[in-house]
Amino acid sequence: MSDALALYQATIVDHDRHPRNHGPLAGADRAATVDNPLCGDVVTIELRVDAGVVAAAAWTGRGCALARAAGSMLTVALAGLDATAAHARLDALEALVCAAPDAPVPDGLGELAAFAGVRRFASRRGCVLIAVRAARACLSG
Amino acid sequence: MEADARSDLAAWRAEVPALALRVRGQRLAYLDNAATTLMAQPVIDAVARVATHLPGNVHRGVHALAEAADAAFEGARATIARHLGARPDEVVLTSGTTAAINLVAHAWGRANLGPGDAVVVSALEHHANLVPWQAVCAERGATLRIAPIDDAGRIDLAALDALLDARVKLIAVAHLSNVVGTIAPIAAIAARAHAVGARLLVDGAQALPHLAIDVAALGCDFYACSGHKAYGPTGTGALWGRAELLAAMPPWQHGGEMVAAVEATRARYREAPARFEAGTPNICGVIGLAAALDHAAARDRAAVAAHEARLHARLRRDLAATPGVRVLGEPEAAVVAFTVAGVHPHDVATIVDQEGVCVRSGLHCAEPLHARLGVDASVRASLAYYNDDADVDALLAGLARVREVFA
Repeated sequence: MSDALALYQATIVDHDRHPRNHGPLAGADRAATVDNPLCGDVVTIELRVDAGVVAAAAWTGRGCALARAAGSMLTVALAGLDATAAHARLDALEALVCAAPDAPVPDGLGELAAFAGVRRFASRRGCVLIAVRAARACLSG
Repeated sequence: MEADARSDLAAWRAEVPALALRVRGQRLAYLDNAATTLMAQPVIDAVARVATHLPGNVHRGVHALAEAADAAFEGARATIARHLGARPDEVVLTSGTTAAINLVAHAWGRANLGPGDAVVVSALEHHANLVPWQAVCAERGATLRIAPIDDAGRIDLAALDALLDARVKLIAVAHLSNVVGTIAPIAAIAARAHAVGARLLVDGAQALPHLAIDVAALGCDFYACSGHKAYGPTGTGALWGRAELLAAMPPWQHGGEMVAAVEATRARYREAPARFEAGTPNICGVIGLAAALDHAAARDRAAVAAHEARLHARLRRDLAATPGVRVLGEPEAAVVAFTVAGVHPHDVATIVDQEGVCVRSGLHCAEPLHARLGVDASVRASLAYYNDDADVDALLAGLARVREVFA
């Protein structure tokens, strides 16, 4: 498999083409927006947190396939997690995309493991991390 | 292609060692020349000669190495001036176009702009010819006016006329757009500027490697350019300014080399251009830039122009005919920027990179222009004299791959 195909795995292209939880979130009680001024990409994550657990998550924004897929996949991944587990999931995704190209992919990432291809493209890490930072700011807010 | 043109191109390419690089295991198709260009071996050799045999500093020593460095550096200034159609004492050596424009914005702007005055830039400017004017206008209480462009990416001269009055002190425009690839009618704009008593600054960063530059014929007042976009080293560039304008400008940066006499609490400054060259300059780079301009002039200019025009026309035509591709504006030279329907420019650039194709993606330091054209970002392919049809073929093959990945 070429590096480009490894980067644009079917899961990522599917979330780019058919984003989940895309649009404003009714009843959101927190929101955060992060942009990348170098490329103009911007992702907003909205959450509704009930009793310390992410009850619902949604995203809006514009960007490349990686930024859009990260927004979409994170809203799926974070639903149902408490703050500690949600932060751990975000940290794990950041560690994955910043790892050496041939580092083993940790277990437990679920669908987010599709971002392993980003390890070979240092200039594209930031595309994934826009959504990670927005989600982190949201959880902390 | 004619046999003569083929052998010219083969000889030009053979002199550029970076063209032999393998990128991601593929033949390199370097189509990011508007970002920076590749140096030919004689230019690299000129830089290496300075590092090896001319280690002295300039303008300060009396020993043999200092004298040799001085002679080579001032010789390089004279060469650079000759290639701009200028006098050496009107050429300030800078780190690039950005520094040259900032020099004018700060040194000329502070002395000549005040409340109620106006500066005019076009809607297609690179940030380097926009943000310095925003900053100096804000500082001086002046107004920045934006001359609109048409959908082809050309400055609308009638709309420009409507912006001009006695309050306008300076017009600043790009000679060759770094995004839409259009060539501004500099002589016509110069006449309009001078009719209202304004000065004209031209951002020649993209033009220098592709157009013959003669500042006298252009009729402008300042011309800014970069070495690394004209097949020279990074960190080099020049500002040409009319002698009487430079003579009346205060210094911008202060330090060694730009002073005539220094007492404990005050200093007297040297004449231009030395007044604008504080600190040790990029001696290797400036001599390399002179070598690059000499080397370019030694190529058959008509053959280079014909080759670049043919390849640019093909690039533009084949991109326009590619499914989903929209070419931005109506590019006239060197550059073609485009979008691919439904695929972000960064994703396009990453996929074609796998085919060894280097293109730029994003805003190309021209965010307001992208807003004007109604696109979030674009992909840009930009040519040099050493590009060939195989480079364009590789880009088109890469775009077919983009369609497969995002089918």
